Amino acid sequence: MRVELTVNGTARSDDVEPRLLLVHYLRERCGLRAANVGCDTTSCGACTVLLDGKSVKSCTVLAVQAAGRSVTTAEGLGTPERLHPVQAAFRAEHGLQCGFCTPGMVMAAVGLLSEHPHPAQLTEAEVREGLEGNFCRCTGYHNIVRAVLSAAAQLDGAAS
Amino acid sequence: MIPAPFEYAAAGSSGEALDLLARYGEDAKLLAGGHSLVPMMKLRLAAPSALVDIGRAADLAGVREDDGELVIGAVTTHAEVAASRLVRSRAPLLAHAAARIGDPQIRHRGTIGGSLAHADPAADLPMALLALDGSVELRSPRGTRVVPGGEFFTGYFETALAPDELLTAVRIPAAAGIAWGYQKFVRRANDWAIVGVAACGGRIALANMGPTPLRATAAERALADGASAAEAAELAADGTEPGEDLHADRDYRRHLARVLTRRALEGQSG
Repeated sequence: MRVELTVNGTARSDDVEPRLLLVHYLRERCGLRAANVGCDTTSCGACTVLLDGKSVKSCTVLAVQAAGRSVTTAEGLGTPERLHPVQAAFRAEHGLQCGFCTPGMVMAAVGLLSEHPHPAQLTEAEVREGLEGNFCRCTGYHNIVRAVLSAAAQLDGAAS
Repeated sequence: MIPAPFEYAAAGSSGEALDLLARYGEDAKLLAGGHSLVPMMKLRLAAPSALVDIGRAADLAGVREDDGELVIGAVTTHAEVAASRLVRSRAPLLAHAAARIGDPQIRHRGTIGGSLAHADPAADLPMALLALDGSVELRSPRGTRVVPGGEFFTGYFETALAPDELLTAVRIPAAAGIAWGYQKFVRRANDWAIVGVAACGGRIALANMGPTPLRATAAERALADGASAAEAAELAADGTEPGEDLHADRDYRRHLARVLTRRALEGQSG
């Protein structure tokens, strides 16, 4: 069936099978490979993208459920020359090792920070809880949390 | 993992959803957030012939107050329930339970109606519905009926819903200012309860202590007769036949039910 949606700001119209998962649509039809298929069971968060600005696990959303909505993947955040503040903070704070969880972690963090009018007020505990849906098997999370707190301070500064 | 093929239709309203359900017949399933159904379809534990998507049915969304009751549309997400000022002030136990489901991404998609209709005895909202003495509104071509939570859950993942019936809303009597407690014992973050207890206004509801969410009736009677929280909690597992799995055997679940009930009755929420 025909599905019309916006992906990273670009309007798209594609014929899809109703059973096509959003993560497969993004990777195979749109050529956007940032969202990874990790556990494939709504647990690990490696496939996290934003759907109308809210973080979701794209392995558990049908592409047809995204019809009429706006999807943002890590490719839609910034460019290598001009990183999104969350991407830049992950690099500056070394918030990754193997990198497999990183696109999902970054999208979950972007979603989390966007839900708070003053992200700089987020505590470390709130950031840890806000990233509960994303697993990292390398870092032990400390640098990821540091990166998100650093991005929160920057984004808050930029907003005010 | 890829679901088996199915037909798909999106309903713009509850009326349209009922028409589509009637057209597709009893092998069709309703899809809201899809966070119980889609994982089951990916594992091929469910293979409905058609999905009727009610996720965009505007008349099924939102929270309002009606004659002292909270009325929560079936497709209201867990995140919306948890953040709702109305729910937080009138039924804080429900807001807390919704905020404890899964993780942020899951709460952005999963819905209150979907969770109740899925009827997992280990889930948060079925237990919360019983603790709050809530009910569900069910609509079919034959009309609308309101079923109390205690009659809605009929078995392991089974409810009183007929194949052509749609859960349209959840009704919760306002419980502002009434003491409550909530306990959920898990080994891993984001997991379902090994045992859960929700207590509010003299009611005690248990998760994962049987094929359906249950009321701890013996403990409730003791409380009503003046027993202390600790005394009543000793009776929390009476009459239950909990299942066994790799997390817990029957005796351990009964032990957890007693400990968690005492904590819930003391107003602790975790």
